[in-house]
Amino acid sequence: MSTPVIEAIGVRKRFGDHDVLRGIDLAVDAHEVVVLIGASGSGKSTLLRTMNLIERVDDGQILLSGTDITDPRVDADAVRARVGVVFQHFNLFPHLTVLDNITLAARRVHRRPKAEAAQRGRELLTSLGLGEKADEYPDRLSGGQQQRVAIVRAILTEPELLLLDEITSALDPQLVGEVLDLVRELKGRGTTILMATHEMSFAREVADRVVFLKDGVLVEQGTPEQLFDAPRHPATIEFLARVTR
Amino acid sequence: MTAPLADAAWQPSPLELSRRALRRRATTRSILLALLSSLAVAAVLILVIASTPGWTVVRETFFDPKVALASIGPIFQGLLVNLLVLLIAAVCVALLGTLLAVLRSLRGPVFFPLRLLAAAYTDFFRGVPLLIVLYLVGFGIPALMIFPRMPAMFWGTIALVVSYSAYVAEVLRAGMEAVHPSQRVAARSLGLTHGQTLRIVVIPQGVRKVVPALMNDFVSMQKDVGLISVLGAVDAVRAAQLQVAETFNFTPYIVAGLFFVILSWPMIRLTDIVTARLNKREQAGGIV
Repeated sequence: MSTPVIEAIGVRKRFGDHDVLRGIDLAVDAHEVVVLIGASGSGKSTLLRTMNLIERVDDGQILLSGTDITDPRVDADAVRARVGVVFQHFNLFPHLTVLDNITLAARRVHRRPKAEAAQRGRELLTSLGLGEKADEYPDRLSGGQQQRVAIVRAILTEPELLLLDEITSALDPQLVGEVLDLVRELKGRGTTILMATHEMSFAREVADRVVFLKDGVLVEQGTPEQLFDAPRHPATIEFLARVTR
Repeated sequence: MTAPLADAAWQPSPLELSRRALRRRATTRSILLALLSSLAVAAVLILVIASTPGWTVVRETFFDPKVALASIGPIFQGLLVNLLVLLIAAVCVALLGTLLAVLRSLRGPVFFPLRLLAAAYTDFFRGVPLLIVLYLVGFGIPALMIFPRMPAMFWGTIALVVSYSAYVAEVLRAGMEAVHPSQRVAARSLGLTHGQTLRIVVIPQGVRKVVPALMNDFVSMQKDVGLISVLGAVDAVRAAQLQVAETFNFTPYIVAGLFFVILSWPMIRLTDIVTARLNKREQAGGIV
């Protein structure tokens, strides 16, 4: 059995006097798409943020391809360079063009030659139907286009793991589709993805495994069919009843 | 199936045309009104000043055309000194101010002394009057006798840089802090280091946010370069002083003052234009 791409072991996180994560165990294998579901405040985002070292865990371990990244001696910048993240609010750099946004990490972190990074960036944009937006600034793009650019920015350097943190929550309903199409496309390419989402039908369609979190506890996990059609835990049944009316 | 951005066939309706004509008439009327009221105010001012008992004396000692004409040459020579000092000082202030702002934003215990020093520097030099900094730097440092003899202009420039860097550093720091934290998170998530994040993401956006304030500091410095005259540098103010001493007439001061106004005016207008443009871009305020 191969090493998981990311593995959380007993991860705890407390903000003030609020335990947001209460000992999470979760592993994602290569080429797997795992979807986190749960109410707001259940700890989905925080779990993703600990895996990119944006938040420091208060206990437990996180292994990235077998390496303990919660070890204080680890080079956090190098870890972050191996993990792609897409945020709810895109967080594109407004003073840089689309092309400069997506090639920034390739140029400055991975030290690729500028021309090579630009060529790769334009190819990727074109293949995703964003070719003519390369030299625009982000505020000239629609929300859906901005989020797709943010995804391209995260995957351009081919990270081992892609974290998607409620990437459609800030979008108008008619723009959600184009972003989800792109995630489908990435799944087809074999990208390892861990995503938090409120889009239940999308979770059912794209996930290899669905994980339900409640109050910082991993309540139940399984294939989409198991979890959506035959949930076993009462909390899961209650949550699904509320969100899939 | 997307519609073209502009409809080629649209012509304004008679109703819209009549509204536009009405607005144009209103604009013409307000311009005329502004002109009239300005003239009235000017007339009153002139009448009041001219009717004061000392006006004839003041006119001779402050507004003598012959003295003014004679003093223009030397004062202009002095103004060139001011301009040179201004340009050099502005570049140095930009560099030192940025350095101070960055030092104050450094994290981690290793940088504690640097952070503290930068904070102490900005606190201190924002509190001390520029004139005192000029005296301390211009007369104090040469008295240490460790530097070769330098012209007063040199020490004046140093004093301006020392004082203005403190202000500019605080403005820049405010701009950097106004950049949303999610921008840092996004940058660090890509693997950029703290330093790269500051340089590539935070500072460029922070500076944009405070451009009007920075330009205002520049305008302020444009007139404060005149203070280097207290160190004996023959700038526009000092040149005017020499003329005054020669003629026992204060007109050269008026001439120097006008020169400074003319010098700063383009920058003041530019500041307004840039500020207006930034406001327009950032807040679609409608017509209110």
